Amino acid sequence: MLAQLMPARDKAPMPDALLLSMKVNGEDVEVAAPAHFTLLEVLRYKLDLIGSKQGCDKGDCGACTVQVDGKAKLSCLTLAAQANGREVRTVEGMTAAHLHPIQDCMDKEVAAQCGFCTPGILMAAEAYLSKVGRAVSREEVAEALAGNLCRCTGYVKIVDAIVGASEIMANTEQD
Amino acid sequence: MLRLPIFQTKTPTNLEELLSAMSESGARLIAGGTDLLPNLKHRLDTPETLVSIDRVEELRHITWDEDARALRIGAGVTLADIAADNEVGEHFPSLVKAASLVASPLIRNMATLGGNINLDTRCRYVNQSEFWRSAIGGCLKSEGDVCHVVPKGRSCAAAMSSDCVPVLISLGATLIQVGPQGRRELALVDYYSSDGIEHTQKLVGEITTEVQIPLPAGESAAHYSKWTVRKSIDFPLLSIAMNFTLSSQGADAVIEEAIICLGVLAAKPKVLRTDKLVGLRFGDEVTASLVGELCFKHGKTLENVPYEADYRRSMLRVFGRRAIRQLADSR
Repeated sequence: MLAQLMPARDKAPMPDALLLSMKVNGEDVEVAAPAHFTLLEVLRYKLDLIGSKQGCDKGDCGACTVQVDGKAKLSCLTLAAQANGREVRTVEGMTAAHLHPIQDCMDKEVAAQCGFCTPGILMAAEAYLSKVGRAVSREEVAEALAGNLCRCTGYVKIVDAIVGASEIMANTEQD
Repeated sequence: MLRLPIFQTKTPTNLEELLSAMSESGARLIAGGTDLLPNLKHRLDTPETLVSIDRVEELRHITWDEDARALRIGAGVTLADIAADNEVGEHFPSLVKAASLVASPLIRNMATLGGNINLDTRCRYVNQSEFWRSAIGGCLKSEGDVCHVVPKGRSCAAAMSSDCVPVLISLGATLIQVGPQGRRELALVDYYSSDGIEHTQKLVGEITTEVQIPLPAGESAAHYSKWTVRKSIDFPLLSIAMNFTLSSQGADAVIEEAIICLGVLAAKPKVLRTDKLVGLRFGDEVTASLVGELCFKHGKTLENVPYEADYRRSMLRVFGRRAIRQLADSR
């Protein structure tokens, strides 16, 4: 039944028609991909960056959140061609010599249970905190994370962690 | 995991290239992609080529036009940028509210005003996976030939679910369309038709480039209310945009003109007749009740989006009354 409904093009071979050059986590990357791939599919299946998660795949859950030119976006709804030439940051780019303050606070608050939503939340929270550049309230965090679903924690510890991280980041900037 | 159908992509860098790419057969425009890509993943369309506007700078302006006394917003401006813009906030708070209530912050970082204006109509029987739809044999808007919302209905009853459109209509916005036949301007209210499948007056190869919103001539008060299942992410269950022209400042002002536009009823946004409101005192409880009654009386809801139609219709009265009360209280 399903096979009959599918247009013939769905079963055609998929040539890597696009040659993309992007900056991913600070590194220049050249990668070939089929034209109908999303940025998420390029990250996960061409670059092996499997931190960004494929959840609902239609923009509801936010598990695929990455930063494109500094803005938190859904990589499952970004075409690979739209990300071409842009700067992409994924959760893999977050940890350098030390954990990022948001990661550190999430760890200390035990703000992840199954952890599937965590990469998306880290990306959305980092983009938000670097944009506002100050300590934030719980309400502001809830608003900023309104596109990231978590089905385990009930959000309390996640919000605690991000409020804590915002205070640390604001203090570090002042020093 | 939802796979996209196979297509080619084009990323033109200026308006001319964009129009030429769109004039080819099988081309479909992608702006933010936040509604189009889920629909393609559900196989509601299988275009040959997606033409992205994300590199066309000409569509990304918010400028003040002194001659026309209007604000001009490019179709490629994201909803997040509209919500954060000082000029929009100062003159059109109801538009800022509508833009900032769309879906989630992540989606607002991607979704554009042009995309919200050209948003495809939605229905609980259409916006489902291909597998789900195959179980009921599709419908008028997908693979079938029946309507599950209106039994024996011959025209599609899918709902216009944009948050910005009712507000822009209430503000008297004009749409700029550019295509192979040239440039044309039309009132946004005339852009929509009642057919859920072909719900806009868009011509083949034509794209939306800009929206112009005239500055209110006198004292005015505008509002947008949206009711959703969850506080974020969801499309509206009902939406009401209001724009009142008032005789003076203060709570004892008299209504000189009222535009009330309801969304999510069917494919066409519904502009109510509001003659009865003219001359009434803005802050009166009687006026608030009348606004609620008007929304209820003319807001014929269908079972095309979640929740029962009767419940949604009753809530139109509640939200309509609350909206004008809130506006009056804030003055």
